[in-house]
Formats: sequence, C-alpha cells, structure tokens
Amino acid sequence: MIGGLFIYNHKGEVLISRVYRDDIGRNAVDAFRVNVIHARQQVRSPVTNIARTSFFHVKRSNIWLAAVTKQNVNAAMVFEFLYKMCDVMTAYFGKISEENIKNNFVLIYELLDEILDFGYPQNSETGALKTFITQQGIKGQTKEEQSQITSQVTGQIGWRREGIKYRRNELFLDVLESVNLLMSPQGQVLSAHVSGRVVMKSYLSGMPECKFGMNDKIVIDKQGKGGASDDAGKSGKQSIAIDDCTFHQCVRLSKFDSERSISFIPPDGEYELMRYRTTKDIILPFRVIPLVREVGRTKLEVKVVIKSNFKPSLLAQKIEVRIPTPLNTSGVQVICMKGKAKYKASENAIVWKIKRMAGMKESQISAEIELLPTNDKKKWARPPISMNFEVPFSPSVSKGPHLEGLGFKFNVGAHKTPL
Amino acid sequence: MTDSKYFTTTKKGEIFELKAELNSDKKEKKKEAVKKVIASMTVGKDVSALFPDVVNCMQTDNLELKKLVYLYLMNYAKSQPDMAIMAVNTFVKDCEDPNPLIRALAVRTMGCIRVDKITEYLCEPLRKCLKDEDPYVRKTAAVCVAKLHDINAQLVEDQGFLDTLKDLISDSNPMVVANAVAALSEIAESHPNSNLLDLNPQTINKLLTALNECTEWGQIFILDCLANYTPRDDRESQSICERVTPRLSHANSAVVLSAVKVLMKFMEMLPKDLDYYGTLLKKLAPPLVTLLSAEPELQYVALRNINLIVQRRPEILKHEMKVFFVKYNDPIYVKLEKLDIMIRLASQANIAQVLAELKEYATEVDVDFVRKAVRAIGRCAIKVEQSAERCVSTLLDLIQTKVNYVVQEAIVVIKDIFRKYPNKYESVIATLCENLDSLDEPEARAAMIWIVGEYAERIDNADELLESFLEGFHDESTQVQLQLLTAIVKLFLKKPTETQELVQQVLSLATQDSDNPDLRDRGYIYWRLLSTDPVAAKEVVLAEKPLISEETDLIEPTLLEELICHIGTLASVYHKPPSAFVEGSRGVQHKRLPGSAGSVESPDPGAAATETPPAVIPSQGDLLGDLLNLDLTPTTTTGPPPPTTSGMQMGAMDLLSGGLDSLVGLLHQGPPSLSASPSTTTASLYFLFFPSTLLVTSVWVAQDVCGHVSAQVWLPAMKAKGLEISGVFVRRAGVIQMEMTLTNKAMSVMTDFAIQFNRNSFGLAPAGPLQILTPLSPNQSIEPLNNLQVAVKNNIDVFYFSCQYPISMLFVEDGKMERQVFLATWKDIPNDNESQFQIKDCHLNSDAASNKLQSSNIFTIAKRTVEGQDMLYQSMKLTNGIWVLAELRVQAGNPNYTISLKCRAPEVSQCVFQNYEAVLKN
Repeated sequence: MIGGLFIYNHKGEVLISRVYRDDIGRNAVDAFRVNVIHARQQVRSPVTNIARTSFFHVKRSNIWLAAVTKQNVNAAMVFEFLYKMCDVMTAYFGKISEENIKNNFVLIYELLDEILDFGYPQNSETGALKTFITQQGIKGQTKEEQSQITSQVTGQIGWRREGIKYRRNELFLDVLESVNLLMSPQGQVLSAHVSGRVVMKSYLSGMPECKFGMNDKIVIDKQGKGGASDDAGKSGKQSIAIDDCTFHQCVRLSKFDSERSISFIPPDGEYELMRYRTTKDIILPFRVIPLVREVGRTKLEVKVVIKSNFKPSLLAQKIEVRIPTPLNTSGVQVICMKGKAKYKASENAIVWKIKRMAGMKESQISAEIELLPTNDKKKWARPPISMNFEVPFSPSVSKGPHLEGLGFKFNVGAHKTPL
Repeated sequence: MTDSKYFTTTKKGEIFELKAELNSDKKEKKKEAVKKVIASMTVGKDVSALFPDVVNCMQTDNLELKKLVYLYLMNYAKSQPDMAIMAVNTFVKDCEDPNPLIRALAVRTMGCIRVDKITEYLCEPLRKCLKDEDPYVRKTAAVCVAKLHDINAQLVEDQGFLDTLKDLISDSNPMVVANAVAALSEIAESHPNSNLLDLNPQTINKLLTALNECTEWGQIFILDCLANYTPRDDRESQSICERVTPRLSHANSAVVLSAVKVLMKFMEMLPKDLDYYGTLLKKLAPPLVTLLSAEPELQYVALRNINLIVQRRPEILKHEMKVFFVKYNDPIYVKLEKLDIMIRLASQANIAQVLAELKEYATEVDVDFVRKAVRAIGRCAIKVEQSAERCVSTLLDLIQTKVNYVVQEAIVVIKDIFRKYPNKYESVIATLCENLDSLDEPEARAAMIWIVGEYAERIDNADELLESFLEGFHDESTQVQLQLLTAIVKLFLKKPTETQELVQQVLSLATQDSDNPDLRDRGYIYWRLLSTDPVAAKEVVLAEKPLISEETDLIEPTLLEELICHIGTLASVYHKPPSAFVEGSRGVQHKRLPGSAGSVESPDPGAAATETPPAVIPSQGDLLGDLLNLDLTPTTTTGPPPPTTSGMQMGAMDLLSGGLDSLVGLLHQGPPSLSASPSTTTASLYFLFFPSTLLVTSVWVAQDVCGHVSAQVWLPAMKAKGLEISGVFVRRAGVIQMEMTLTNKAMSVMTDFAIQFNRNSFGLAPAGPLQILTPLSPNQSIEPLNNLQVAVKNNIDVFYFSCQYPISMLFVEDGKMERQVFLATWKDIPNDNESQFQIKDCHLNSDAASNKLQSSNIFTIAKRTVEGQDMLYQSMKLTNGIWVLAELRVQAGNPNYTISLKCRAPEVSQCVFQNYEAVLKN
C-alpha cells in the first residue's frame, strides 16, 4: 500500500510530507526531488522507480503530488487516490497552489490522517469529511451528532449527510460533451468519438431517492446484451447508441446492470453523475477548415472557415475558436467576418470569439503571422485547432445536434422531508 | 489565516523560543508553537529536541492540537522511545473516550508508533476497539491489526487478533468488511502458506454482498482479494463473474481494472463454447476503451494493462484499433504505449490505416517516439506479410528524409525484414549503402554490416565497404566488431580470391589485439574452420538461417500469466513479477491463472490459490541462489554423453574435441594437451579455457571406479543419489585444470551432465567470458577465498558441492618481478598489509626451498645473507593480476622459517602461507 505521500512546490521544496510505512525513509523525499523534479527532461513516465522505491506522481499547476511505495500496490488505485486528494483539497480551500497549501498545511495533515490509514484509502467524499474535519474542533457535538457522523463516514451512503434541508428543492442538470476528431491531412475523418458528462447540481432535502431514466431512443451498446443492437436497427435513425458509460459511486450498479435504470441517492451540491462515450453516427456540429500557407521563412498565412452543420432553427452560443501559432511569432494581423479575434501571445494562439451563430451558416477568419527568424531546426508541430460552444438546453436537444433526441426523464421521488 | 508564515522561520535559537512557547499557558500560543514545530518537521529540520515539550501538549480537549501532537509523535517516537512512553497514558485514556472519533484516532495513532513498550499497551485497547459498537472505530481497529502485525507478527498471533479480524469479514458494516479484507490480505502475503484468508463459497458470498455497498476503495480491496480465490468449478466461476461485471461501469478506474482482473482470471475456468464466455468477452472491451478517457497517468496504467490483455486475449480488442491512435496532446508516455498496442492489434484488415498513422508519427518531434514509430513499421512488415512491400517503400521514403536517427532506425528494421523475407527486397540495398557514413549508432552499424556480409555477392564493392570499418576496429562496440568479423568471413567464403588479405586482417585483429573473449573465441573458431576445412566452414557460416518469427517482443507465457493475475498493480505497469522489485518476502508469491475448465485434473479448491511453483531449492542463501539462476538446461544427447557446460558459446562438442590438440598448440605453443587416460569404459572430454579460467577435465566412468591417487572426494555418493565426484586441481603448462572423476555408483545410467561454478573469488569459470575481478571485499573472508562452489547436473538432479583448490594453481608463470619494481612495490604497499607466519619443522636449505617453490611459480628474485640468516625475496602473481611479495627467512640449523607476506589484497595472504607450508613440507 501507499507508504508515504509528499507534496512539493516547483522548486522541489517539500510542503507536506506524511509517511505511513516504516520502509519509506526521509531519503525518499530527496530521491524524488533529485531524480524527477530536478531532472531536465520532460516526464517520461508517471511511475518512477528509484532504488526499489516506486513514486507515483501527478502535477497540478506548479505543485507535485507524489505517492511512494515499496510494495506491489494497485497502481490504478494510487492514481485515483491522488486525483481524489486533489479534489478534496480543492473542495476545502480552492485552487491547489503553493500559497494555499502552506496556508492550510494543518488541515491537509488532518485530511491525510483521515483519508489514508496505513496507506489504505478510506472514505474520501468531501460531503462526509466536511462534517467532522472542520478546523474547529469537535467538542461541541452531542453524542447523537457524533454517532451520526461515524455512521455516515462508514455507512453505505458515505457521500451524503442526513438532515439536509432546503426551502426550495432544486436540481440542475448539464450535459457536457467533447467531440474528439482525428482527421487525415486529406480531410478524411480517421476517428471521432464523443465523450459526454452528465453533471448535476442537486439541492434537495432529506435522503431523496432519485431515478434517472433514459428514453427508449438510447441504446447502450454493451455488445453483450444480444438483443440491443437489433432493436436499434428496428427503431431506425432515432436511436442513439452509447458505447459505454460509467457512473458516480452513488448509482446502484447492479440495478443498472439488471434493469437498465439509474437509481441513486445523490450527493449534495455539484457532482458528475455519469460519463458516456459514443462513436457511432456522429454528426459533427461544426466543420472547421483550416488553410495554412508558409510565405518564406518569416511569414505564415492562416485561413480558417467554420461551417455550422445543424438545423437553422438552432442557435449555438459563446463560440470560441482557438488557433495555435508558432512559438516564434512576432506579430499577427487578423481579419474576421464575424465576432472578435485577438492574438494572445502568452497562450501562443489566436482566440476568435463569436457570440452566437445559427445553423447552416458559415464564417471565416484570416490572419497573417509574422515570424522571427530562428535557427531552430525543429519544425512547428502544428497543434490542433480547438473549438468550444454551447447549445442551450431544450427538451429535445442537449448539446451538439448529434445528441438530438437524447432525452432524460427525471424523477425525484420518495420521502421529501417536511419543512 | 496565513499558516504559510510557519514555513519561513529560520532563525538561530529558534528551538529555544519554541520551547518557551510550547510551555506557555495560553492555549493559542501553544497551538501556534506546535504548528511551527510541524512545519519545521515537514521541511526536514530536526526538532526531536522538543519531544517532552510537545508531548506535554497532548492532554488537551482541542482535537486539532491533539492531532498535530500525534503527528509529531509518529515521526519521532522511534528516536525517543523512553520519552514516548509518556504518551501511553493519554492513548489508553483516549481509547475509552465517549466520542468514537477520538477512540478511533487514538487506536489509529498508537498503531503507527513503532516502539515496543507502546505496542504492549496497545493490545488491550485494540481488543476492545475491534469489538466497539461504533463501525468507525471497528474499521480503524481492523487496519490497526495490520499495523501491529508489521511491528510484531508473533504478538498478533499470540493475542488472537487474527481470528477477531476474520470475524470482521462477517461484520454488518461494509466498510469494516473492506478494511478487514485489506488487512487480512496484507498479513496473508507475508505468510504465503498460512491459510489465513480462508476463502470459501460462504465468505465469497459475504464479500460479494459487501462489494455492492462499500466505498470505491473498499470495492478495490474486495476485488483484489477475490482475484486470489480459485472457484471450485465453472458454475461458481460464472456466478462470481456475473456479480462482478456491474463494477465495470464504475467511475473509478481502479475498480474497473480490478474487476477486469477478476474476470480475466475466472474466465480461464469457463468452457469456451459456453454462451456466457462470449458475452463476457464482449463486455470487457467497452470499459477498457473508456479507461482511455481518464487522466493521462491513469491512461498510462490502463495502456500497460491493455498491453498484457491483448497478448493474452487478442480477440477482446481486435476491432478497437482506432482508439489507440495517438492524439496530439497525449503525453509522451501515453503515445509510446499506444504505439505498442497498435502493433499488437495490427492485422491484414486494418494495416492500411495503421501504416498511414505510423508514417505520420515518423515525422513527429519527439525522438524516442519517432524511433519507435519507424521500428513499428518494420514490425508491421514482419507481422502482416501482405503489407511488407508497402512497409519497405514507406521505410525507403523515410530514409530519403536523411534525418539521422530515422535512417538508422530504418536500417535496423530492414535487416529484420530481410530475415523474414529473404531474396525479396534486396533491390533496396543500394539505397541503404548510400547512408553508410551517417550511421553512428552501434545497432545500426551492426545491422548494415550484417546486410553487406549477407548479400556480399550482390554488392560489388562489399570489400571496400567492410574495409572502411576495419580502420577503427578497436573503437567499435563489441556488437559491431562481432558482426564485422562474421561479415568479412562471409565475404571471404563468397569471394575468396580478392579478400584473403582482408580476412587475415580481421582475424588477427580479433584474436590478437582484442581483450574481448567472445570476439577472440569467435575469431579462433573461424580461423580454425577456415584453415582445416573451408567446405565445412562454408556450410557452417553460410548456413541457411531460420526465418524470424512474427512477434519478437511478446512476454514469455508464464510471466504473462502471472502478470494477468496482477492486473492493475505496479507489477502490471512494470511488466515484471513483484519479486523483481519488492524487497523481502512480500509479494514474492507467484500467482498463476487457474487451469481451464474441462481439464482432467481440475485444481484442488483453495489449494491452487496458494500454490507456488516449486523452486528448486528455495531460500538457502544468496550463493546458492546464484547457482540456481544459472541455466542448466539438459541437452538431448543420449548414450555416454559429453558433459556440457552451459554458457559455452561454441555449442557443438565435436567441433571442440576434434580440433582440440592443434588448437591448444595454436594458443599456447606449449605441450599440446594433457593426456587423458581413457579406459574402455571411460568417455572423456576436455574443455579448454584460456589462461586464468579453468580447465575442467572430467572423466565419465560407467559403473567403475577410476580415481587419481591424490584426488579428494568432493561429493560423496550418498549425498548425490549415487554420483560420486572426486577430483584434484593442478596447473600444467600454464593452464589451470580441475580433474574430476565422476563415478556412477547407482544402478541406472546417468546422462545429460552439465557443470557450472558459482561466482568465486578468482573468477574461475568453466567457460564464458573472462570475469573482471572485483576487488576482494573483506566480507568474503568467512569462507576460504579459494573455495569453489560447483553445481553438477545430470538426468537425475542437480548437485551442489564445494571444494578448495590450492592457491598455487593461480600462480602464473610470469610471476617474476624485476628487482627494482620489487623494492618499490614492497615500500609502496602499506605496512598494515604485511602478515607474518611461521613454518615449523622444515629441513630444507634455502636453495632447495627456492627451487621447490619455483616449481609452483613462486620466484626468488634476490637472496641476501645477514648474520647467518638467508633472506629470500620472492614474488608471485595470481591469475587476476594480484602480486604477492614475500620475504622468507631461513636460519641454518633452525627448522622454523619465518615468512612475511605483503600484498595489496591482504585477504590472500593466509592462503599463500598455507601454500608455502604445503610446498615446502611435501
């Protein structure tokens, strides 16, 4: 199991060091600094073995988190734990920065004591943790409160505490999708997939039993379920095939497996209920057509055309196109038909923003990029252009027209605590 | 609140100030001071001096302060065990606290304090806490048992905590169950054979129930534990699989991977024709692909595991090639792993896409990635025959880019393509030759030289090309030198007339000017072959080579099986068994996949889970371990077989024994070889080794005793199932010989002999490269330096024995030092290294002694007579270059000699002295 956990700043100074196992010595702290943080090259592996000690490391802005062990631990678990640790810290004090960590080091030690025992991760749901790790001491609690805390921390519903009350019961649901597209230089789509997240904000009283139904148009293509794909064929275009989905730990997985229903008692506040992935029949909401021409060694001409590829009645909002520029850019001149575009030197990109755009429209931007002559033989790797936009929620469309028809039935039931 | 200020105090006298503050009456000030102490501790400052003052702060009702003090205690208790005892009282009291959080905190902290005295006091509170009414306390106590076991395993057993822990598996609270499982699994790992985790269908059922209810981490503990269970039959296996599959939809990747591990393992037991088997296979693919949308570090772990899974069950992901296409912003470690998997999944159906991708990758920026991409193209060619032509043309395009490392990598893979498809793509050789000058890496140079040698008859200027490499022969790496030697010999055999000079040149470079034994050996073999029988040489050197197999980098099947049992863990990330990177007994246990269903001997329930493959001789110290690692593979010879030495590069025995006599002459110009005394029942064989390695003369005797007079019995027949080994060491004609008599006192025929020596002080070895002698470390003195551990193997077993050889065997013939050098060296060696011995009852005069010693290569350099005492100054040199200087004082009429020895390696003095005694008295 995890033998120790260290947090460093970018210089390699230790901010937090907690050792759980006897086989991890102080020299491990230094070994990591010397071999990984001070190593000049980029990280070649997130797991580094130095003198029979394994270091699992992740970096958040300038901060390094490293979990250390000498045993054959569950590597996936260690990384999941490190991410969780980041989430918990963010939930307590915001951004993970050197300043914040130093300011909260007592709290962090307290958290580390609670969520990792002898290197075994324990309950790490912020909802539960916040009930008893408060930085206030716990002397004021009554016996009932105490046992409530412990039963919650160890209970089946570790993510939610009892006795939550809201004057208005509210629930918000966001579907965020990212379309990942790989195109050949000839413009042929090599692979495309959508990874979506259903994010919920729930402000519900008591212990609400929620059910989240997917309408008949969704087919979860767990190839194993023999009949599923046939049904999809019959219902025609309407169906949406989801390759796979994963759920927050509040969802009863065995029930989903047997009845296809998503039932759960939600955590309080914001959380990610589910993720899904789909690769079939992806209709791209936009087409982006870039044209790059090198004029001599010191000039680059870029033209990008975007075409909205959905029903004219729909409206995309807050469109942002990010066009990367070479590192040796000295100046940029942009002309765009619609919206505003700006060269941001610090981000090495031209950022083009359009407030809204209806379906089946087209817009373009052209830019002249002046380059400083360099001796660097490495050519510019031409990073991909990225694009962000929103389609406001409507009953039939969540975000991105390819999800048209994806609907959600929602049903908050059972016991609402009387106010 | 700005606690960051605590990190900045670095004044002198800080400790004093802190001391004062810690003893302050004001609570706030106390707390501030403790915070400062913890901050100092974090950055690595030693604040152990404050121990009593910090511990004094422990008695507080402020929980935050208490936790800080505990943190301090855990860090420093070990260095201040006497003081730590002060804390015991508070701990014991806290374990009785009405607040469960405080009870748990106390028991959790106490377990982290590794001080015996505290541990004693821990037992009672722990026993209570294990049965506490509050689940939070119980789950903490469960982990505490594992902590205590780590400190004092015996105590845990004596106190019966293990049984209590087992009871907790049936606890009503899922988190308690999970922690108990985790603790038991860890304890069981250090007791591989104790049936501690007694997994039976009832407990499994309890675990599966808890699986649905506990935290994500608890699910991981339970799944990892389940993976160690071996179901009784395929029905049970299927029902467990059915209950585990819903976990594949969990958001936590570790839960998913652990579930995959359980399924991959239990699938082995399902009959392949079962519908469920197919269903399960299909269910595995989507979650594995989904893992690739996780954060990059997790993607890396997932990819390393997918690499194993596609090797074991390629059918699972065969349609998912596209998801492994590299993305622009993938970190380099993800890119490299994806590339590996792409090759494994490449097939005729998708090869076009794969090649197009690989060609793109070959123009990327990262050098390692580009290299791997180029190599991957070559691997595609070898794997999918239909694509070979396109791969070759792609590689040629890449060579045209003239990017140095791309060219080199391309040449290395083209060599492999030639080996797979001979006489097909040789038209490209001309293009390759154009780039000869730009090659600077040994592997690429060696590959190019191989190509030139292999196709010498089609390259007009092959001799010129190869000759150009000869100039810097000694600067080349061994790989290139060996390849160049072979290539030129090939060339000579193909075009003997023009290249005679060239071949002589390379042979003399290899045999006379090189220190590398491999190179020298190969040089001599070629030389011998060419001079005795050129036709045979042609048959040997230009023999048709077997085609290389499709996949060269597959993980060896038994290792793969073991790694499949470790899916999700570090072992699966490193692709190494846990024993390769975990110290001590933990995790050394080898895991195996259960046998497939329908096999006649289905594994014994329960037993198979803990079964370990039999090691030949487990845990008998390192030295034996070394012996065991040696490869003693049996040869398939029948009849009276020649004992073979493993590690001998020149495999064929006939080759050696036939040409032996003349070869000896060639090497040493001394008396050719010793005469063996082969009786009719004796098959004999001589191994020849170079100076400073050992000549083993072994005589194989069938049912008959034929020993040398002075031979010692090294291995009595009783100990070796009828094989008796006796022998003697001699030095003849500058060659160290170990004459062994192997006597078969058993009733059956013994065959398949092999011999191997353990590592020893002077690097004696029956074959193989000269060992570079490391300085004799003083720790070795427990055993005599001249001890030699030998393993002899036959069809019955492997036997180990050790014998001592006289050190005089190691004295070389050129051990006579120049007078001046002797004087200088004598002075130069520190006096500490001098040792004096007495030789009693020796009645030789100084001249006779000198003569006698000379015969064992101890040379007298000078003689001086002072006051009737003869002083002989002598020197000898060991095979490894250690000089021993001696001063021998002989007083006429006194039978007692005095000898002083000086040597840079004083460890050998004792042996040398014994040798003097033996020689002079004999």
